[in-house]
This record gives sequence, C-alpha cells and structure tokens, in this order.
Amino acid sequence: MSTAAPVHHPVTLAERPDFHIIGEIIQPRSRVLDLGCGEGELLAWLVENKSVLARGVEISAQQVRKAIARGVSVYQGDIEEGLADYPDKAFDYVILSQTLQETRAPLEVLRAMLRVGKQAIISFPNFGHWRVRASMLFSGQAPKTRLFPYDWYNSPNIHFLSINDFEDLCSDNGFRIERRYFLAGSRRISVLPNLLGQTAVFLVG
Amino acid sequence: MIVEARLAQFDSIALESGATLSPVEIAYETWGQLDTLRSNAILITHAFTGDAHAAGISHETGRPGWWDNMIGPGKAFDTDHYFVICSNVLGGCQGTTGPGSLNPATGLPYAMSFPVFTIRDMVLLQKKLVDSLGIECLLCVAGGSMGGMQALEWAVSYPEMVRCVIPIATTWRHSAQQIAFNEVGRQAIMADPDWCSGDYYDKKPPARGLSVARMVGHITYMSDESMREKFGRKLRDKEKFGFDFGVEFEVESYLRYRGTQFVSRFDANSYLYITKAEDYFDLANGTGQLTEAFRTVDTRFLVISFTSDWLYPSYQSQEIVRVLRRLNGDVAYCDLQSNYGHDAFLVDVAEQTEIVRGFLDSTARIARAA
Repeated sequence: MSTAAPVHHPVTLAERPDFHIIGEIIQPRSRVLDLGCGEGELLAWLVENKSVLARGVEISAQQVRKAIARGVSVYQGDIEEGLADYPDKAFDYVILSQTLQETRAPLEVLRAMLRVGKQAIISFPNFGHWRVRASMLFSGQAPKTRLFPYDWYNSPNIHFLSINDFEDLCSDNGFRIERRYFLAGSRRISVLPNLLGQTAVFLVG
Repeated sequence: MIVEARLAQFDSIALESGATLSPVEIAYETWGQLDTLRSNAILITHAFTGDAHAAGISHETGRPGWWDNMIGPGKAFDTDHYFVICSNVLGGCQGTTGPGSLNPATGLPYAMSFPVFTIRDMVLLQKKLVDSLGIECLLCVAGGSMGGMQALEWAVSYPEMVRCVIPIATTWRHSAQQIAFNEVGRQAIMADPDWCSGDYYDKKPPARGLSVARMVGHITYMSDESMREKFGRKLRDKEKFGFDFGVEFEVESYLRYRGTQFVSRFDANSYLYITKAEDYFDLANGTGQLTEAFRTVDTRFLVISFTSDWLYPSYQSQEIVRVLRRLNGDVAYCDLQSNYGHDAFLVDVAEQTEIVRGFLDSTARIARAA
C-alpha cells in the first residue's frame, strides 16, 4: 500500500509567458514568496521543477482553496497588510506577477518586497504599448485593449504604468534593476520596449 | 465499514496540575492500514463532546461516526491511503478514564475527586497511545474546535512527532466569550439539585442542568443565519400561540430535543472537567507571546476557519497564521465561506475536503522526499 493519495497534477505554464521568464530567473532550491499567487500555478510549477520552498498570498478564498488543494502553502490575506509580518530577507525572491497596478500603494509594496526578499520579480502590463496609446488617441475615452480589457469603472487596475514609468520609479528610489525582459504576446522583444512591449518582467535587487 | 472500539491501558499519567492519575485507560478506534514504514498515521482529535467513534459504523451502536463525511475510503482523510486513529479524550465519558470511572483506591466513581486536567494532558495521553502503537512520527494531527486546540498543542509539545497539523475552527487561547459560555453551562449543571456535588452516579443524573448546558452550547454552534433558515419563527405543531410556556417555537423544540438526547450519552461531570480544560487552554501560557510557543516548531500547518463561526471567530485563526508567518513557518490558511456557524467543520465539508486532501497529499510527498 502506498502512503499518499496520487492526486497531484503536473502544472503547465503555457498561458502565462511571464511565468516562463520567472521560471528562468529563479535558482533551484531557493525560497520564494508569490504575492497574489492566484491558484498557485506558478508556485506549484516552481516546486516541481526547481524544488523551491514556496509560499503564497492570495485574497480570493476560492483561489486559495485551489492553491492549497494543489499542495502549495498559501494563506488567504491582503498582500499589502501581510507583507509586514515577514522577517527581513526571509525569501530569496518575492514575486509580484501582474498585480502591481492593482495595489493601493505600489511604492510601499515594492519597498516591503525588497525588505522581505533579497530580490523582487515584478511583472506588469505595459500601459505605454502603442495599442493603448492609439485607443486613447482615437477614441478619446479610457483605453480598452486586449491587455486592458476592462471598462474604467470595473477595472481591477487602479494605477497605470508604462515600462518607462517603472524604470523612473526604480531610479528615483534607488532600486537596482538587475534584469529586464519585454514580451509582445509570448515573444521576447528588445527594440522599443515601451512602445511594443505588452508585458514587462523586472528583476530588482 | 464496521469498527470496534479498542482500549489501551497505562500505569499512570503525570498531569500538568502536579496530580497523578493511575491507572489510565484510553478508548480508540482505527481505520485503514499502517504501512510498513509506519509513516502514514493520522491522529484525529475530537471536539468537546465527541468520542473515538469518528468514522464507519459502530459495532456496538450501529451509528455512523461524528466525522464520517471526512474519514473513509476516497474521503478527505482517505483510509485507502492513511492509517487513521481517533481516541476519546482524557476525562471523557466514552471509554477513556474520566470522572465517571471507578477510582481503584475507593472502588467508587471519582466524581469531583478526579484531578483537573488540561488540553496538554489530553495530548500527553494521546502521545502514550501513539507510542504504544509503535508510531514514531504522525503524518498529521487534525481536529476542529477543541480538537484543533489538541492539534496545536501537539505541534508545540511534540514538534518532532508531527509532520503537519490541521487546526480547524479553533483558537490558541480561550477568549472571555468562550469561557463565559462554558461557565453558563457549568453553572446550569451545578445548580441542578440532582448534581449532588457530583455524587450522582448511583442516583438520578442532573439531567435538567446538563440539558440546559447543551442547549446553550447548541446556540453557539449555529449562526443567526442558519437558525433563521432552519427554524425562523415557525411554530411547533400549532398555528397560533398557546399563551402558555409549553414548547411553541420550532427552535425551542429543537433545543429541548438536543438537550434531552445529550443527557443519555454524556456525563455531567465530564462536561465540567472538559470545559475547564478548554478554558485553561493558552498556548502562550499567559505570556501573550505566541511567537515563543511556536519558535522551535517546523511542522506544516493548514489552518481553517469559517466565515460565520462566531464562537471561534476567524480572527483567532488569523492570529495563529500571523505568528507562524512572522517565524517564516510553513502555513496555509483559508477562511471558508459557510452559513453554518461553528458547526461548519462537521457539516459543510465539500471545500474542507478539497483542501485537506491536497494538503495531506503534498505533506506525504514532502515526507517521502525527505
């Protein structure tokens, strides 16, 4: 008789190109905290493929349930409150994937991430992308694109930032950008990222 | 699945109060098979009025166990994979030595001469049982309410013996409100003239007092919403008010039924002692510093609370989670949506099953890799 129920499913990252990059950055056996980890797909993948020590925070009870069912140690809570509890440098990496634009106080979150983690990995949708610019320019209304599909009144995004905005923020606050990746769809690009990049991933030290 | 109660006996147990109880018996049941490495054992710890009969059909009574919806083949605690143990707590009245047991020194029931014991003492007796079964490390200790207190105590007292704990709908120390409700129950029993200072074993038990205590308890286990849904203002077998003090409302009838039913299966003195053990429970030993209690613990935690539980409110679980996070512990936490109040961990088990199953599976995987 075996000792455990065989209920775990392998995780695929097909739909999230930024996850691939995060997977590349993270060193095996490191300690990882994922803020706003959803159903824990990334963490489960990192546990399976990089043997990391994984922790996650998620506000939605339904997603927390799915994450725990997946075997990831996730707690239900608010990332902005929750970060305060962790000791300094408790993690090698603190990940904030596609969530910075949804936080009430992004700068405070970034500072807390760098206190709790040795390095922070931040990915976000680029508000400087040409489609966003064009949408605003031609419609004269709050931009709606594939990347920002919401109406202004029901969007979870409360701060809009471009790649250049983020770089400015880092230099103004002394955050050292160690690596940067830009994606158009699932393709990596390097030319005119603030115009052509849809998603940015930064490794900040 | 028919299960039989078993009994283990130990020469003595040294209690936190300084008293010694000798000899001591513990009633327990088991389900599933212990594997050859003895690595798949799970201890289920029961709530206040529970017993060792957590699952399956009792050989003696024909009744299903109190957590039969959670324990069994294919269920959250899957007995096709795990060896599950549940014992009656110290001081209980369902087979384990308690106030109703005979004191060998006198040949009479202990009654109120039974030593006062704590949650830690309950856990010590469970540890003796686990040791006697030849199990060096439990995969998990899990329980709700007072069972959750025992699970937490296991993690603090014997961290090297538990890979993970699942405290559900519980607290790390009894609050003023929880103590207050217990005190009302105790006073109801002690105010009953049939209580006779606890010496009622050869007489009529304090049925009215115990029944009132249970009625109060049942109110605290439900929620405003679940009572409104279940009873509302419905009248029992009548259309109009009777303008008297017989049973009128459905909710009265329900509480009286529950109270009366309880008297036939529970000992009033056990009620007094066990509620006392709950009230003494404080993992931080009065220091307010839960962090110290957990400092050396490297057990995995899955903490579960329920949104409508006002007896063991979610904030009490969140305090546990916050301290574990401060210590960078391995903790998963979910506040499950339910309208069933404190009873949710017993009745609203679909989502609870989903997370317990995944958590146990990943713990077993980690244990195998270690």
